[in-house]
Amino acid sequence: MTLVLFLEQTLNGLQQGVMLFLMAAGLTLVFGIMHLINLAHGSLYMVGAYVTASVTMASGNFAVGVVAGMAAAGVVGMAVELLALRRLYARDHLDQVLATFGVILTFNELTKIIWGPQAMFLSTPEWLSSTVEIIPGAPYPAYRLFIIAVGLLVGLVLRHLIINTRLGMLIRAGATTREMVGALGVDIDRLFTIVFGIGAMLAGLAGAMAGPMLAIEVGMGEKILILTFVVIIIGGIGSVRGALVGALLVGLVDTFGRAFLPLIMRAFFEPATADSVGASMSSMSIYILMALVLIWRPRGLFQAYGGNG
Amino acid sequence: MKRIQTLAAAAAISLAATAPSFAADAVKIGMITTLSGGGASLGIDIRDGFELALKQKGGKLGGVATELNIVDDARKVENAKQIATRMIKQDDVDVITGIVWSNLAMAVVPSVTRAGKIYISPNAGPSALAGKNCHANYFNVAWQNDNLHEAMGQYVTDKGFKNVYLMAPNYPAGKDALAGFKRFFKGTISAEVYTKLGQVDYAAEIANLRAAKPDAVFFFLPGGMGVNFVKQYAQSGLSKDVPLYGPAFSFDEGILKAVGASALGTFNTSQYSHDLDNATNTAFVAAFKEAYGRKPSLYASQGYDAAMLLDGAIAKVGGNVKDTDKFRAALKAADFSSVRGAFKFGPNNHPVQDIYVREVVKDGEGVTNKLVSKVFTGHSDAYAADCKM
Repeated sequence: MTLVLFLEQTLNGLQQGVMLFLMAAGLTLVFGIMHLINLAHGSLYMVGAYVTASVTMASGNFAVGVVAGMAAAGVVGMAVELLALRRLYARDHLDQVLATFGVILTFNELTKIIWGPQAMFLSTPEWLSSTVEIIPGAPYPAYRLFIIAVGLLVGLVLRHLIINTRLGMLIRAGATTREMVGALGVDIDRLFTIVFGIGAMLAGLAGAMAGPMLAIEVGMGEKILILTFVVIIIGGIGSVRGALVGALLVGLVDTFGRAFLPLIMRAFFEPATADSVGASMSSMSIYILMALVLIWRPRGLFQAYGGNG
Repeated sequence: MKRIQTLAAAAAISLAATAPSFAADAVKIGMITTLSGGGASLGIDIRDGFELALKQKGGKLGGVATELNIVDDARKVENAKQIATRMIKQDDVDVITGIVWSNLAMAVVPSVTRAGKIYISPNAGPSALAGKNCHANYFNVAWQNDNLHEAMGQYVTDKGFKNVYLMAPNYPAGKDALAGFKRFFKGTISAEVYTKLGQVDYAAEIANLRAAKPDAVFFFLPGGMGVNFVKQYAQSGLSKDVPLYGPAFSFDEGILKAVGASALGTFNTSQYSHDLDNATNTAFVAAFKEAYGRKPSLYASQGYDAAMLLDGAIAKVGGNVKDTDKFRAALKAADFSSVRGAFKFGPNNHPVQDIYVREVVKDGEGVTNKLVSKVFTGHSDAYAADCKM
């Protein structure tokens, strides 16, 4: 293993972590503040990807597509919150899981009806389709660097939003003592809709970013959703900072596991056995990470605000 | 309490909805396939091919009214087993077909054949079911898993590549794939990489691949996995230095639509291609395009052939599919005109057929496969000798 390969895999891990962060930030806010388990978060990611692909193809401009994808996911998310999820806040988590699972099925079917069953195509925008030799000897896809930059930018904006704005203050207050904020005359329902909309837009952005890199297909949201839950459990439910740290950890551990465990196993087994043992072990790695974190800190790395969820 | 009642009512309704109303004298066919989730495009192609045949025959296979019950397994082993049990015990179907994935097939097929039912595989052909554990009631109308990979092993050797990097998902068909490739490839194996089934991001694998500096890559990644890998491989800038080779599963029509120009100039092996020149195929391709507005993939051809195989056999036994011995013999005769041309069953009820290499090209309608040459003629599989029926 060379240093170049190690650095390249670190970039890959960061990039995967950043994608997970875009998903996890919204999910953790909704989970931590509204106490809602939203399995349909992945569907908003899918909406973002499909709308971005369609609009990019129609307009010929990826940036327009991304804005449209984010907006569509935000609008769809808020509509779902108003029409369905609002009734679930007072119910227990099992009801929420059942209902939001229903939302997943509905979205998957609708997507199949609108866009058809086959995966959709979105090419990498021209100005990002080259490679950059950021590490000498390992040309790295410019598009992946772009994702890292976007993700870190979103992290900074969210940080500003939560710490320095009135909306952020209400979000923090609402998470700690929801009733008190309501008693002080803040419209909690509206606040929740806005928070849900922000989460949905971030999921839409993640989907939009994924489009040129991954298959845009029905059910793409469920795959990333499982990892996202792992991230917010590691990071601490409700904490955006936790989501960022958790996402980067999961991204790095998963990437390093896939990249290096088979190589390490080769010291102990025949190549064919080593490759398959390494592959099996690497798919366990993030869950082992989660277990270790939970033993050390049962409520995740960063406890959010009141942490009474 | 109220919730329990609601749940019970919901369960009752959903059971009633899935229990099909079979007519007494009809041939009952149960199709278990993947219609949702990441592998859905494969199952949808198989279903569409099968249904097209059924429609062309006026809803009657072999002249007998046919009841087709299609259930989605979402690529989950436990779903497939449950559905199969229900079809066998409750619906009392005559034939089961449809499974896409080898891990599902291995969980389901033995219980189907043990129950005395016929299983026709329109796709999965795991090695475990082709050799010692073959069964007279199990027919594979597609291929034994290793076949297309064997052909690519031969082709890559013929092209003179010495050092090849191998990639496949970590499940039975992935293992079969690399075993098949290695059986006919004469050079060195740079590395053998198994990825998670359904994996979406291949950045880590691609970085390792670049570091290993192989002459070529052989990869077996069906469905969405193939889309992701081919796109990311093109983005990595490696395509011009290290060419991609694979079975048709990594380059089917659905994948090509989703990866666009990224796959141009690559080669893949298949037992079928939409531009195969025979009358049955020409008619099939035209009818399929007319019905569904897309070119048929190899999966669609396999679904169509599964129905046509049944059509021929049911006609031969005059609709009396309950006489299992006769029905089996009729199936084994494979008295139907396959869209791939010459077709017959070997001693283990797996195909003996020609395998071709195709190139990914651009035509008037977009990126598609074009036949290049034939790699194997009348190719059978490596396990047939172990099969004692």
